[in-house]
Amino acid sequence: MTASLREEKDRLELLTEMLRIRRFEERSVELYSSAAIRGFLHLCIGEEAVAVGVLQALGADDAVVSTYREHGHALARGVPMQAVFAEMFGRTTGCSRGRGGSMHLFDASRRFYGGNAIVAGGIPVAVGLALADAMQRRPLVTACLFGDGAAAEGEFHESLNLAALWRLPVVFCCENNQYAMGTALARSHAQTDLALRAASYGLRSWAVDGMDVLAVRDAARLAVDTARAGGGPCFLELRTYRFRAHSMYDADRYRGKAEIARWRERDPVELLASALVAEGVIDTARRAALEAEVAAEIDRAVEAAEAASLEPVEDLTRFVRSEVS
Amino acid sequence: MSTTTYREAFRAGLREALAVDDRVFLMGEDVGRYGGCFAVSQGLLEEFGEQRIRDTPLSESAFVGAGIGAALGGMRPIVEIMTVNFSLLALDQILNNAATLLHMSGGQLGVPVVIRIPTGPGRQLAAQHSHTLEGWYAHIPGLRVVAPATLADARGMLATALIDPDPVLIFEQIALYGASGELADDAGPVDLDHAVVRRPGSDVTLVAYGGSLAPALAAAEELAVDGVSAEVVDLRTLRPLDTETVLESVRRTHRLVVVDNGWRSGSLSAEIAARVAEHALYELDAPVERVCAVEVPIPYPRHLEEAALPGPADVMAAARRAVG
Amino acid sequence: MAEFRMPSLGADMESGTVLEWLVGPGDQVRRGDVVAVVDTDKAAIDVECFDSGVIERLLVQPGEKVSVGTPLALIAATGADAGPAPPETAARPRETPPPAPHPAALSPLVRRRAAEAGLDIATLTGTGPGGVVTAADVDHALHPAVPVAAPLVPSVTPGPPEPVVAAAPGARIHVSPYARRLAAERGVDPTVLRGSGPDGVVHARDVPAVPAPVVTNGAGPAPVAATALRRATAALMARSKREIPHYYLALDIDLGPALDWLRAHNRAIPVAARVLPAAVLLRAVVLAAQAVPELNGHWIDDRFVPGRGVQLGVAVSLRGGGLVVPVIRDAGTLGLDDLMARVREGGERARTGRLRSSEAGGATITVTNLGELGVDAVDGVIHPPQVALVGFGAVRPRPWAAGDAVLVRPVVTATLSADHRATDGALGARLLREIDRRLRRPEEL
Repeated sequence: MTASLREEKDRLELLTEMLRIRRFEERSVELYSSAAIRGFLHLCIGEEAVAVGVLQALGADDAVVSTYREHGHALARGVPMQAVFAEMFGRTTGCSRGRGGSMHLFDASRRFYGGNAIVAGGIPVAVGLALADAMQRRPLVTACLFGDGAAAEGEFHESLNLAALWRLPVVFCCENNQYAMGTALARSHAQTDLALRAASYGLRSWAVDGMDVLAVRDAARLAVDTARAGGGPCFLELRTYRFRAHSMYDADRYRGKAEIARWRERDPVELLASALVAEGVIDTARRAALEAEVAAEIDRAVEAAEAASLEPVEDLTRFVRSEVS
Repeated sequence: MSTTTYREAFRAGLREALAVDDRVFLMGEDVGRYGGCFAVSQGLLEEFGEQRIRDTPLSESAFVGAGIGAALGGMRPIVEIMTVNFSLLALDQILNNAATLLHMSGGQLGVPVVIRIPTGPGRQLAAQHSHTLEGWYAHIPGLRVVAPATLADARGMLATALIDPDPVLIFEQIALYGASGELADDAGPVDLDHAVVRRPGSDVTLVAYGGSLAPALAAAEELAVDGVSAEVVDLRTLRPLDTETVLESVRRTHRLVVVDNGWRSGSLSAEIAARVAEHALYELDAPVERVCAVEVPIPYPRHLEEAALPGPADVMAAARRAVG
Repeated sequence: MAEFRMPSLGADMESGTVLEWLVGPGDQVRRGDVVAVVDTDKAAIDVECFDSGVIERLLVQPGEKVSVGTPLALIAATGADAGPAPPETAARPRETPPPAPHPAALSPLVRRRAAEAGLDIATLTGTGPGGVVTAADVDHALHPAVPVAAPLVPSVTPGPPEPVVAAAPGARIHVSPYARRLAAERGVDPTVLRGSGPDGVVHARDVPAVPAPVVTNGAGPAPVAATALRRATAALMARSKREIPHYYLALDIDLGPALDWLRAHNRAIPVAARVLPAAVLLRAVVLAAQAVPELNGHWIDDRFVPGRGVQLGVAVSLRGGGLVVPVIRDAGTLGLDDLMARVREGGERARTGRLRSSEAGGATITVTNLGELGVDAVDGVIHPPQVALVGFGAVRPRPWAAGDAVLVRPVVTATLSADHRATDGALGARLLREIDRRLRRPEEL
């Protein structure tokens, strides 16, 4: 396969992954509105390029630490869609046995240490995962995803410093969607250039267009390769935008509709899709077929999740401590 | 049998743990070049090197979280938080990650981290450096919380804690580090599941742990002179609590005094009293007595600090009230 | 045709008000389009639809507040046959059902009491806020005569009768839980013990030791223990005589019919189960106490609180001295044979100091039978807070006038000691006459 052919195939894969996430999130809204799933629901519609671009750059044995807005990260990591839906339905087939819900997706088999719902709470853990890999001389990288809000937390600064100090193979991926819940970046940070701030700790640091999945993927590859090669931790500020409110019960009063519309013009899914159409890589029929495949996958996943069993109440206290046999 | 100190007993436990398992490493503030704030880890850097004895920045949340991550990544980290007073800066990591990940992930992510936390008052260090917060940590499901109060426990609890597949918090009494006593030459791992009767008696049960064991034992000694036979129970493990040993003792003595260096309200002493009320009310021949820290921030001057903390005289008075 | 429903935007959202429709009938909508603005408890929120098609009809007008899940609009699939218009009734927004009485509004106590009593809560009239059924309503339904505020006598609670506690809060006697348990095991009313603790708290050491069941070496029970039990009895009797204005009645009863009947009855049952005359007397007292409930209960806080059922105290004197009163719970529910069995067991356990906690304390009326001791009559002392004590002497052949003839009949003297604060002689007389009447018709026992 020629390089250009491989790239075409890769780009189609990127589009497919982003579509899976977009449609997954849309179905989640519907399920939530009908009260089929509960708890908090944080959607990443608009931010799919970050999830897909970063996770495409990782190897199968690399580790991932994520946040409560992590459906996209989990899906892009290969956590089966059915396991994610089942988790939100609170079923035993969920990727956390139904105990975590939307905010706490985990998959140890994929080294997905996902779902931390305390802002910045996962960042020190990522440093530790990288420390373990380094101490055991495994050539592995830990990708740590978090939002711009986390950059205001002490754990962020402590962790960047520690990782840089010990030159640990962490790629810090700041998914800067411009708002910490309802507080705009400029309203909570004196210095809004997060990449610049990270650089001050001695990390290699890049600001990236987070709506362009190819840019994200390429930057992530560079960062991951650097970290893996012993170049120390890297920082990516991925500038993106969530098209929907922070969570379901959010009137979105802190930002203007015009602003949202402006960002929507740079919809990462449409950006890539239209490029692929323009270049003749896909046609509208192929695009429609892709949509149909994704829709069918979602239907199957929802159906399977709904049919799965609930954990018996007798098992409530399992897993508080390990079950040592 | 040879004479050793509480500090040396901990160091012996650390040295052994580092020697027998490559996955074990120690990290914390000033544990390396300084030799440990309380000199517990003195000499270990020279013996095991910088990879295994890691000085950290003053970033409690980051290095405790890193310990959790390293445990997830296959290591057996021992994290030292310089004192319990600073552990609050890492409380998010301890509660929301170490104690929670296993359950929240449906059993996938065990966190075999050991966190050593020097604790306790008694050295005129004033309000911010005299906390006793073991009871707070014992409130949290998912943790094991132990309080070595004897040389044998100081020597042997770490090894058992490192075998535990889940997080263990070891609370070391700062005031005891210099205390010396006899320790068996072959002292080794001890169990972490049971409370122990440190002194048998028949008239009243004194329940204590960590820093309150010494005043309880001293009080029992004095009470014996007056013909009151006090049994002293050392809880040793604060979570999960060994309720049965306490109940067995109360069933014999029918009177209970709980001695706790923590504040009274919402404390471990309250938990012990509640469990006895739940399971052995009809064994009680007198109201439960609690001897706790006075509910003030611990003050600096010695006389006020002493007045704020449970001492042998307070324990004796409580025991006498119980015996009637 | 798809229904667009009021979405649930959070577990704490129960309803929403349609503020504004952004679409109207005939408008084309696509899945994901924002079609309305809904006001919730939190804020006005744009809501989207999940189906594509044409708005067929708006079902809820702006300003209307409806529950989550209520259809707000109908969306007809584009291009597809729209089908006949739905019937008018279907087009109406669903009425929110009237709020059903929420089970959670009933307190656990109410539910438990009602369940225990077999009451259907739905049949009760609630007097609580919003017509909620309260514990008092349940009590009222169960015992219309009982003042709602009166303390209920628990039928199975071990230990001393609760009303003692309620009677005089200031004078409450504190007994350690352990001492309370020991007292119950030993058949001692702990509230009459003299406590050695601060403020007279009764500790385990104050509870008299169990009297030795069999004394083989001729030595009596330990003097200390006997003294303590004696003290307990003394305190109770002194309190009774101090507080209770007793009145005394007596009646001679011809036991001939009862004894004849009993002989026949006993022939039909195993020797071990045979009924003693004493049990017949007890059975008659139980039935009489049911017939004259004014004498079955407690005098508390200057008023009479009727007992729930007959909790029959049976005085048993111990060989080593002292008095123990095992209580036969709910004696009214026991037939003669069962009563006999309980008397036998309870007496045995009382004498050996192995009384069950359920057998100690809480009697509503007490019987003392000194017949075995050869006396003719007993003018007994009431056990507070009870209001009556029935005594029996020996059953002896005595001359008995029957019409003009004098016959020799087995006769017993029944006596009543009663609290004059609670009843007068007329009621007391009724009780004795009732005992007599019952004993004349033994087949009805």
